Amino acid sequence: MPTETVKRRITIDPVTRLEGHGKIDIILDEKGQVDKAYFQVPELRGFEKFAQGRQVEDMPQITSRICGVCPTAHHMASTKALDAVYQVTPAPAGRKIRELVYSTFMAEDHTLHFYFLGGPDFVVGPGAPKAERNVLGVIGKVGVETGKAVISMRRKLRELVALAAGKPVHPVFGLPGGVARRLTEEDRGKFRAVAAEAVDFAGFTLDIFHKVVLENSDYVDLIKSDIFTHRTHYMGMVDEKNRVNFYDGMLRVVTPDGAERAKFDPAKYLDYVGEHVEPWSYMKFCYLKQQGWKGFTEGADSGIYSVAPLARLNVADGMATPLAQAAYEEYVKVLGKPVHHTLANHWARVIELLYAAERMKELAEDPEVADPNVRTIPTATPAEGVGVVEAPRGTLFHHYKTDDRGIVEKANLIVATQNNAARISMSVEKAAKGLVSAARCDDGVLNMVEMAFRAYDPCLGCATHSLPGSMPLLVTVRDRRGETVSTLRRDSDGAVSRG
Amino acid sequence: MKPKVAFYWCASCGGCEEAVVDLSEAILDVAAAVDIVLWPVALDFKKADIEAMPDRSIAAAFINGAIRTTEQEEWARLLRRKSQFVLAFGSCAQLGGIPGLANMWDRKSIFEAVYSEAPSTENPEGVTPQRQHKLNGESLTLPGFFDTVRKLDDVIDVDYYVPGCPPTPKLLAAAVQTLLGGDLPAKGAVLAPDHALCEDCPRKDTKPVKLALAEYHRPHEVIVDPEKCLLAQGVVCLGPATRSGCEARCIEGNMPCTGCFGPTSRVRDFGAKAISGIASLAASNDEQEIEHILGKIADPVGTFYRYSLPASLLPRKRI
Repeated sequence: MPTETVKRRITIDPVTRLEGHGKIDIILDEKGQVDKAYFQVPELRGFEKFAQGRQVEDMPQITSRICGVCPTAHHMASTKALDAVYQVTPAPAGRKIRELVYSTFMAEDHTLHFYFLGGPDFVVGPGAPKAERNVLGVIGKVGVETGKAVISMRRKLRELVALAAGKPVHPVFGLPGGVARRLTEEDRGKFRAVAAEAVDFAGFTLDIFHKVVLENSDYVDLIKSDIFTHRTHYMGMVDEKNRVNFYDGMLRVVTPDGAERAKFDPAKYLDYVGEHVEPWSYMKFCYLKQQGWKGFTEGADSGIYSVAPLARLNVADGMATPLAQAAYEEYVKVLGKPVHHTLANHWARVIELLYAAERMKELAEDPEVADPNVRTIPTATPAEGVGVVEAPRGTLFHHYKTDDRGIVEKANLIVATQNNAARISMSVEKAAKGLVSAARCDDGVLNMVEMAFRAYDPCLGCATHSLPGSMPLLVTVRDRRGETVSTLRRDSDGAVSRG
Repeated sequence: MKPKVAFYWCASCGGCEEAVVDLSEAILDVAAAVDIVLWPVALDFKKADIEAMPDRSIAAAFINGAIRTTEQEEWARLLRRKSQFVLAFGSCAQLGGIPGLANMWDRKSIFEAVYSEAPSTENPEGVTPQRQHKLNGESLTLPGFFDTVRKLDDVIDVDYYVPGCPPTPKLLAAAVQTLLGGDLPAKGAVLAPDHALCEDCPRKDTKPVKLALAEYHRPHEVIVDPEKCLLAQGVVCLGPATRSGCEARCIEGNMPCTGCFGPTSRVRDFGAKAISGIASLAASNDEQEIEHILGKIADPVGTFYRYSLPASLLPRKRI
């Protein structure tokens, strides 16, 4: 082992379940304490550039290839941007079909995160034997029947997206002014049946969260612990009554104290959102322009903000559906508001799952979604437009400027996780500083560092969050010359080995 | 001992991984028949383990994604060395895919677009990501970003191809069966039907024997009849040039085929084939008139080479 005077680093490379690779570099000081930690994204594809020259109506299909896990979010933000580019109001049925498909997608995505990725930390527990800290452990805890129900729910929801949108991976139905394909009464019946099932399933999931997490004071203490807490701004989309909305509305920003900082039309995002570049990551870091980029610091003076379930519940005054509203009220009663505990994202996500399922049901029960008139043909000369939705992992911006033939001249894309990038970096560093040292770098510690970013469901263009297993890690301790001093590996089955 | 299988991703979106997950129950059969030794999305990364394995000890490596960075090239080479068979899985690995559209530009112009020109980006000092960056005496590294996107077989030898963006779970299951069955197809085979999508199209019966189009329409300009051949309605549909196997999902979604399954075995350059096919449908013999009809296709590269620019016979655009 190196002496204490040698400066060292711990490299977690690769962290899997990120698109390409995520990498965490932890730099130790002379005393073996964490000096700095960096969360790096070593990948770029450059969609902003190769969007140029494309027919703008092709963008929903081209940009969905940013992410094969949440292609529906990109497809939808892009389709909404097309409405704006062509200055066309979607046909009422077309608009409702879009939101119906979007709610279906959100329910599927949130379900998977809870059971397969984030859930194991709580349902099985951070202190459980590592071999059980995965989806199999979740099934062990909640029962095989529930495991089967999860798999079957996912399949049914994906089949519905395919029915309406062509394909579950890379949908094709979005066009300016509506959608390409109508739904028949028979199709609507399928949505109604699955939606009713999804509402029950979401309620059941909330019950599991109650029993397993909220009735365990250790977990509640963990959620509230300082190591997983950051006081930042929050951003999310709200409807006219300031309730959470995934598909459309105004963007609202609240301060770390919960006061409204801004509420704006998403088309004006450039007045509010800036992106900062660091030379050590391919991912840009978002911040609020009014506060400016002040480095990786929290508080009301910093421009750093957060998005995704926790943020959405922080910026909203409530939920738009009854069961989700009741769940939201209890959440606020237990945690207060705004909630700064990163791990509370898991609870907020289950409440949103309930909302997505209830909203899906409302829309499927509306006979208008089976109206054959699903598209308004645009007549205006295309120009410029912004389309924004709440993706599962946060606010997603698509912005196109075209020539008068509808050829893209400029495209600007801010993906959900970018909004969270600065806070994720801070979370990783805080967890590392609070937990890691040269003398303390074992499996349990690594899992706690993982939990700091897993709660965000990071989707770096994008992470697959649909598969089982605890997050495998390889930690390499090197001396300053880069020579490996020791390694610690935790496999996906939870086994830990030292090299 | 069960045959070892590896899954890996390069410049891609994760949609090919979803296709694997969408095997649903069938994934259990696959897992029972083979030993998955690498699958970063689900299992431990274990680059060191792969490096430590004897050469050719992996039966088959399924690699998706194009080659955009130095790290992806290193991984492709490593897996080639360790595997008996390498399969290019999905459009990006087979043909370059949508990330390959970046070959209209180079690294510098892409970095400028992303890190300087993006209207929300504030970067007065022109900072760009660096392969190596010194910070507080420590060096932070990133993989290098090539000027040109390459398909997998530009970097390593590829044995088989599974087409699609993404491939269907059905094609994946069939590919695994083929490899396990031992009755191997000729090297270089594309593991999908070798005929055009039109032959399997649910609207096949409505396709006129002789098509002649006086006008092309972009999909948002017309209401498309959900029963009728899209080409017959003047919408550019690449079904005649595109390999089948996709289950005509886009057509079922009432949108045209955009060619993600690439060409059949009889065609070398997908885009060239698609262009000649579409151009020959123009209902005129007058050069100016033909030009007018085809002029409606405002973005030939994005229309005909959307998934295959790096596989084109045309050299990449020179900057």
